[in-house]
Amino acid sequence: MYTQKVINIFKNPKNAGGLHGANATSKVTDNSCGDIIKLYLKINEDGIIEEAKFKTFGCTASIASSSMLCDMVKGLSIEEAEEITGNDILDELGGLPAEKVHCCELADEALHLAIDDYFKRLEKEQRKLEEN
Amino acid sequence: MEKRVYLDNAATTYVSGEVLNEMLPCFNAVYGNSSSLHSFGREAQNIVDRARDRVAKAINAEKSNEIYFTGSGTEANNWAIKGLARANRAKGNHIIVSSIEHDSVLEACKELEKEGFEVTYLSVDETGLVSLAELLHYIKPETILISVMSVNNEVGTIQNIKAFAKTAHENGIIFHTDAVQAIGALKMDVRDMEIDAMTMSAHKIYGPKGVGALYLKNGIRIENLINGGNQERGKRGGTLNVPGIAGFGKAIEIAVRDLSVNQQKLKAIRQYFLDKVEENIPYVHLNGHPHQKIQGTVNLSFELIEGESILMLLDLEGIAVSTGSACTSGSLEPSHVLKAMGLSNELAQGSIRFSFGKSITKADIDYVVEKLTGVVEKLRAISPLTKAGRGKKGE
Repeated sequence: MYTQKVINIFKNPKNAGGLHGANATSKVTDNSCGDIIKLYLKINEDGIIEEAKFKTFGCTASIASSSMLCDMVKGLSIEEAEEITGNDILDELGGLPAEKVHCCELADEALHLAIDDYFKRLEKEQRKLEEN
Repeated sequence: MEKRVYLDNAATTYVSGEVLNEMLPCFNAVYGNSSSLHSFGREAQNIVDRARDRVAKAINAEKSNEIYFTGSGTEANNWAIKGLARANRAKGNHIIVSSIEHDSVLEACKELEKEGFEVTYLSVDETGLVSLAELLHYIKPETILISVMSVNNEVGTIQNIKAFAKTAHENGIIFHTDAVQAIGALKMDVRDMEIDAMTMSAHKIYGPKGVGALYLKNGIRIENLINGGNQERGKRGGTLNVPGIAGFGKAIEIAVRDLSVNQQKLKAIRQYFLDKVEENIPYVHLNGHPHQKIQGTVNLSFELIEGESILMLLDLEGIAVSTGSACTSGSLEPSHVLKAMGLSNELAQGSIRFSFGKSITKADIDYVVEKLTGVVEKLRAISPLTKAGRGKKGE
């Protein structure tokens, strides 16, 4: 059912855990299956994603998708990260069973919401600076 | 992989040695078609007759000709639901089943709804029990069939079948029960329990896959599901699966013979397992009825984590279980049984069924609980769900 690559990532999801100093986070829930992904990104002043971590309530595919996403975004600029789609994650995983493809979409949604969160935080900081 | 422990006996069991020995000659030495008139056919027919006698005796049927062999429990359920409803349509078009039936009953009901039948799905309480009061409430003059499973396959809850059957008969209604999970775990006496029709399967009781049976009390009308030759008194076409039927006969004979020994052993194993889980893993819920349950099936929900990932990590340790999580159903819906029992989505998602077989040992349980403890800790460590102190022991 799952490829060896997916199982290996699932077995040792090296990107699992919280992230101290994260400045972009998101939490998404798949309304149909109930899986939950929490994503933490640390983005530096040049807009490069330095570190990415996740916490996931879900199946093998959700956990593997989350960890793969973190691997994929590390070192990317925000613009580059924004280009990532669920299909890209699926490709990097080497495929998933058909009924599990939606897990990649959930991971992708987490990424885009985390980037939104980053910009919101940035705006907030900017406003603070202006007010002072 | 060093060790393997199979805890999915409610899905299927291995074929026991005694059963296999009964079957082997039927593949080559006695290979005739049991419908044939010649000696080859008669030899096969003798084997089928003996198996039919054994099944009838095991469930205390009045006559052996009340046993009809099928290709599976699913076929027997489909046949019972569709065949009994269609044959009795002149009397009414209303059927009552429980909402926690096996899919083969529920899907058969959906087919009947398309044909104009009305189906009532009885709710269950948080332990998985169907209430007699609710059943009575829904009975009406148009009701022709009631079907409630004897033992639920996911949580092991035992229903009050005798009371339901009695109630059905008091109202002139046919009563069917799916006893696939009950045979070998409970004494099933169709005459004492007043059952009109009962589904059985061989591969849950150390018999082969691909053979089931329907007990149908003489005098109850049923429409055919599988048309063909004149097999099974003209009620179920298809050349008989003689090796499978021989194996089924032997398997059910042994299941009834060893019932109390097996259940005593499983009771001890179950308690040993539950005690060890309680000792080692916090935030676990036992799903099902506290007393009115079979010993071999334990359904647990682990808070904060999802069942498919538990299953997969256990599988990597050689341990086989099953889960009610949506993530394995393909339908994105968690177990309809656990939902009907009122479990939250999170707990239904985090459910694991451990079903013990007769060759399980305490050493197996020690191994399973050791690995399970690690798996649960590992998944809780990466879960985004938290509540103060939840998931970490001693906090």
